[in-house]
Amino acid sequence: MTSLFKTEKLKKSYVTGETEIHALRGVSTEIPCGELVVMLGPSGSGKSTFLNILGGLDQPASGKVFFKGKDLANFNNHELTYFRREHVGFVFQAYNLVPSLTALENVALVTEISPQPMDPLEALEIVGLKNRANHFPSQMSGGEQQRVAIARALAKQPEVLLCDEPTGALDSETGIVVLNALMKVNEAFGTTTIIITHNAAIAALAHRVIHFSDGMIHHVHINDTRKTPQQIDW
Amino acid sequence: MATVLSALNKKLLRDLLNIKGQVAAITLVMAAGIAIFIIMFGVLDSLKLTRDTYYERYQFADVFASLKRAPEAVKDRIDEIPGVSISQSRVVFGVTLQMESMLEPATGKIISLPDSSPALLNKLYLREGRMLFPNEENAILADESFVKAHDLSLGDSLTVIMNGYRRTLNIVGVVLSPEYVYSIAPGALMPDSKRFGVFWMSRRSLEAAVNMKGAFNDIAIKTERNVALEGVLSQVDAILKPYGGLISFARKDQISNFFVSNELKQLQSMGSLAPVIFLSVAAFLINVVMSRQVATQREQIGMLKAVGYTNKEVSLHYLKMVLVITVLGSIIGLALGAWMGSGMTQMYTEFFHFPILKYSFSLEVMILSVFSCALAAVIGTLFAINNAAKLPPAEAMRPESPAIFNVTLLERIGVHQYLSFTSRIILRQVERRPIRTLMSSIGIAFALSILVFSFFMEDSMEYLMDVQYGITQREDVNIGFVEPKSAKALEEIKIIPGVLMVEPLRNVPVYFKHKHYKKRGSIIGLNKEPMLRRVIDENLDSVNMPNEGIVLNTTLARILQLKVGDIVEVEILEEKRQTLIIPVSAITQEFIGLGAFMNIHQLNKILDSTPKITGASLLVDQNHSAQLYKKLKEIPAIIGLNITSVLRQIFEDIMAENLLKMVATNVMFASFISFGIIYNTARITISERSRELASLRVLGLTRAEVAYILFGELGLITLLSIPIGILLGYSMSVGMTESMDSELFRIPVYLKNSTYGYAVLIVLLSAIVSFYLVWRQVDSIDLVSAQKGVE
Repeated sequence: MTSLFKTEKLKKSYVTGETEIHALRGVSTEIPCGELVVMLGPSGSGKSTFLNILGGLDQPASGKVFFKGKDLANFNNHELTYFRREHVGFVFQAYNLVPSLTALENVALVTEISPQPMDPLEALEIVGLKNRANHFPSQMSGGEQQRVAIARALAKQPEVLLCDEPTGALDSETGIVVLNALMKVNEAFGTTTIIITHNAAIAALAHRVIHFSDGMIHHVHINDTRKTPQQIDW
Repeated sequence: MATVLSALNKKLLRDLLNIKGQVAAITLVMAAGIAIFIIMFGVLDSLKLTRDTYYERYQFADVFASLKRAPEAVKDRIDEIPGVSISQSRVVFGVTLQMESMLEPATGKIISLPDSSPALLNKLYLREGRMLFPNEENAILADESFVKAHDLSLGDSLTVIMNGYRRTLNIVGVVLSPEYVYSIAPGALMPDSKRFGVFWMSRRSLEAAVNMKGAFNDIAIKTERNVALEGVLSQVDAILKPYGGLISFARKDQISNFFVSNELKQLQSMGSLAPVIFLSVAAFLINVVMSRQVATQREQIGMLKAVGYTNKEVSLHYLKMVLVITVLGSIIGLALGAWMGSGMTQMYTEFFHFPILKYSFSLEVMILSVFSCALAAVIGTLFAINNAAKLPPAEAMRPESPAIFNVTLLERIGVHQYLSFTSRIILRQVERRPIRTLMSSIGIAFALSILVFSFFMEDSMEYLMDVQYGITQREDVNIGFVEPKSAKALEEIKIIPGVLMVEPLRNVPVYFKHKHYKKRGSIIGLNKEPMLRRVIDENLDSVNMPNEGIVLNTTLARILQLKVGDIVEVEILEEKRQTLIIPVSAITQEFIGLGAFMNIHQLNKILDSTPKITGASLLVDQNHSAQLYKKLKEIPAIIGLNITSVLRQIFEDIMAENLLKMVATNVMFASFISFGIIYNTARITISERSRELASLRVLGLTRAEVAYILFGELGLITLLSIPIGILLGYSMSVGMTESMDSELFRIPVYLKNSTYGYAVLIVLLSAIVSFYLVWRQVDSIDLVSAQKGVE
């Protein structure tokens, strides 16, 4: 297997308000191409911080993080921006759509700066929202907004899709739809997909499950068999 | 699907639409700033161009001199002075006119026109009628302003008293002269086209009438380019001295031109201050609005960076918002400025009696104004945008951590027991962001200060006139004689029925010198303790004339660099030339003119042996005033008659004409600012606090309590702004008076308490209206969605 990502002793801490938090205390791991990876762990265990570093949103205090052999820790701001632009798709728990743009325009926001984009309408079709192309976020349900966010992420045809609690704010029925979309993208395009979730049941969908605890990787579990979203115990 | 605008630009436009109220407010303020900029400089340029063209085309002279009498041959010697290009000798004579419409006599000046050839210098522009025929008798050309003031027409005749004789002269033409853009009587301070007229008559005819055959008593000179005027002036003086020549002067000291230049200078200083204020306020508002935009869109910014937009692209996106607002403001401002500017130039052209109008709407002024505006706006926003750009994406998408609060100062003192819970929220909020609170207060203070400042001119002018015509000049009328009279004349005047009190006055034209400082002026001799025409100090107390020495007003003292105790050299410009050394006894405060005063007895003593007076101040019985003035009009020895109440009216009319339009415009624009700032501040505070206020409502606070929390903070900000605004307004007024100080008058800084009251009232009204508009929005916020944080 070829590694898409490889990290060596990643450390990171940050300050909120008046407290300092040690988010990562030395994380070393590998993530192969094309896998669907689920990261589990309690709040504050470091999974989001780790994801952010993988995605080039943040940089480690120390340690190495290789993307296809290149150490992101050495990238300057400009290089990180282009890394994100060309290789990474994000899906956030809070959807983070631009409220003043329609679904189609939200996707176009990203395709306009991508070197190899998909047609925005096509991306919406993949997530089943072609008919909502001209609606604003305020006119859509949480699930629909999240799917638009997914469409936006995959429209740039990234090599990796990073999802931070994509179903966190959704009910089970909508959650299943979203997870289906993500799995479809992973299988159809071979996009390496990393999903952070609280919901341990979702781990059954993954090729690989990474358990975080206290800023370190507790253990990594490889699934022999994988379930479909409809099959899991929500 | 092809689209014209990128997704990001569509977001830009829709975001602007979302805050259209605030955009409108800022646009108005900006437009006002640009409009004023253009009006002032556009008008200024136009007037300067018009004046220069006028002077050039009509050969306005460079040097002027008057004398008692010299044979025509002396003119040739003037022509020989190196640097003199051409000269025109003239006969000039003062007359009085009997006008039916006026109580007191009008005065006039008759200037000769050459018979055999057209005038070389100070040419006339013919408005109506015709020019004079050679040697035409009893015909005159009249200046337009006098004709208009008295509603005269071609063919009308005027009765004048010239050289002791009564004559009837017919008006055959109405003209304008570059020499009399302002008609100001000799020795007067204010232009007055009703009581002073200028006329032109055939040289031969005039010579005969006033006994000046083959002679001249006035000369206008054109110098070559780039000639040192000092040299020419002193040589002219040297040649004319034996003929009773008064000191010659250059164009800049010519009274009409001086007045025009002064007017333009005042326009310039007013025009420089106002735009700066408006554009600063606009920049401040933009800064506040954009900071808020960046803050509310924190997560969107994070997302944009996460998906790969560079810092530059993100910054540019927000900068574009600023530029769109600037473009809007500029378009409106330019249009407004162009429209009002041309109107104002027209108005000034009529006021100055320029025969031509050159409207110069320079492209440079336009570009400069827009550029300054944009610069102010961008600078105002740079800080906020930079913050946005620097935020790491992960950080930006994290919800903002709860604001850091501390126990307030007041609570540490123990006052909080007396404060309600809601009041404590207000105080903590204010103390947490002291800079923001202060800046908002300062913003509103600016609006207040502009209002104060706009009213100050009126207040000060009124005060000036009250002091000048109520305290300084307490006479009802002052008169001047054709020639100095002996003290006996006082007795003769006293017995005229209607005269209650008479005080003497001696006016001596002089040339002051101190070290290398020089100034032409006059010394007025008064009684030791004058009751009518007085001299006052800063405390508005009367100053007694010293036994010896001279009293100067501050401006004159400053020009000559004199202080009490110094010696000033005085060259007397009367028939008997002499130079005296006089010590400075006191320095006083007079708002009008460049006064120098002495005890009349002392003055008489050092000048010549017999006491002389050149005029008198009279207190008059109002029941008999009409008959008295009629009688005085008929005395040929009396050349000048100034009724104080009339003088005051003239002053008021002139001020009103200039001032009122400016004040009205300023108040309108200031109201823009006032409303703009308060509305903006209110909207932004709501935007920041709606979530927490909704939470409080859910927790059970009533609408009234929430309103109190919200408006309590805004109210505190507004109240804080009042003392700042008043102080600022006062400082601006002081600054303006200093920049407008001239030799003609100094404006005192005087603001009525009611003025402050009105200004505060207007600001409070704007506040209340803004609060009301904003409260309607607050009240309609859906509590549930507000809690979720959806704005």
